[in-house]
Amino acid sequence: MASEQELTSTGYIQHHLQNWTFGQHPDGHWGFAHTALEAREMGFMAIHVDSMLWSIVLGLVFFFMFRNVAKKISSDTPSGMQNFVEWIVDFINENVRGSFSGKNDVVAPLALTLFVWIFFMNLMDLIPVDWLPMTAQLIGQYVFGANPHHVYFKVVPSTDPNITFGMAIAVFWLMLYYSIKIKGVGGFFGELAFQPFGKAGLPANLILEGISLISKPVSLALRLFGNMYAGEMIFILIALLYSGGIAWGVLGGFLQLGWAIFHILIITLQAFIFMVLTIVYLDMAHQHH
Amino acid sequence: MNINLTLIGQSITFFIFVFFCMKVVWPPIMHALDERKKRIADGLAAAERGAHEQELAEKRAAEKLHEAKQQASEILAQANKRASEIVDEAKEAATEEGNRLKTAAEAEIEQEVHRAKEELRKQVSAVALAGANKVLKKEVDASTHKAVLDDLIAQI
Repeated sequence: MASEQELTSTGYIQHHLQNWTFGQHPDGHWGFAHTALEAREMGFMAIHVDSMLWSIVLGLVFFFMFRNVAKKISSDTPSGMQNFVEWIVDFINENVRGSFSGKNDVVAPLALTLFVWIFFMNLMDLIPVDWLPMTAQLIGQYVFGANPHHVYFKVVPSTDPNITFGMAIAVFWLMLYYSIKIKGVGGFFGELAFQPFGKAGLPANLILEGISLISKPVSLALRLFGNMYAGEMIFILIALLYSGGIAWGVLGGFLQLGWAIFHILIITLQAFIFMVLTIVYLDMAHQHH
Repeated sequence: MNINLTLIGQSITFFIFVFFCMKVVWPPIMHALDERKKRIADGLAAAERGAHEQELAEKRAAEKLHEAKQQASEILAQANKRASEIVDEAKEAATEEGNRLKTAAEAEIEQEVHRAKEELRKQVSAVALAGANKVLKKEVDASTHKAVLDDLIAQI
């Protein structure tokens, strides 16, 4: 049915960029979207099953990895996994101590969760782009009897803006919560209204401070999403070379290897930036100006 | 790239993971790290204390050694003194004993000489008597001339 469409590059790319969506169809009943158009028509009342699935699975991987160590941790000579976990925890702790001046028990675990979780989500990018979607298509086709072209499976949650914005908005709520908790409602809105130009420039203050406040979660989410989306896109484009014969295929192999090695830097860096900026924003929420 | 419920789902998931991380992951790990830091600090302090104590002990040991050497030399000196004293005493005792023995021997010799003289005197008187007896034969009666003979014996 859609085999012709599947063979074109555009179709291949579009298929790769479409989430597996479960939601409310325009006619009111709930179900999976079979095409990109159907997914779009669902509007807000839909959920990306693949993004949420991988996000939760990777979150659980993080949680149990650290929980297992935490359960039997001792202050004797560490070994194996404990070494690794302690190294990360120590690294996060150093960062939080360096950037966060207030006293808050939430920030450090939050930074740890963000860093490791986002790193794992980004790490999914290094799995060759077709492996998991193909597997999902085979399972969809032979286990559930679905049309393989209607099986969408995006495996890198951080290339889904919903995921990055979801985390950034959560951080944003925390910023608002701590701002109001520490400075009071008056103090918080005072900062928005009376700085930097004093009482006389109230409208200008509101616009400036409002934008700078809103821009924090937006930049946080878009930075991560943009980097990961672009990286994913390049992997997809490289994967297209494999359909161009042996010469293109070999070139694609080298390109993919090179880009993957370079991408290791990006995925770590993006996880780190997201974490550090979160700490800094929360620190700003704790400070009086 | 549709914005939908995933946004809220991810926010909730995020809070849940942060909550569990905060409750059951972070505290035990931090606790262990702090405890290890403390143990290392304690260990270093103990090592320093140990080194200090060793220094003191070495000093004390050197002092003790010095003292012991001094005592030993004192004892040696005393022993030497005592030994020479003992030797002197022994010499004195030996000399005394020797003198005593000598005196006793001399006394005995004198006595012996005296006794021999007495014996000799008696024999000489007997010989003289016998000689006189032979010379005088019948003329001289031993019993009548006893006073003369005794006088003679006394004169020898």
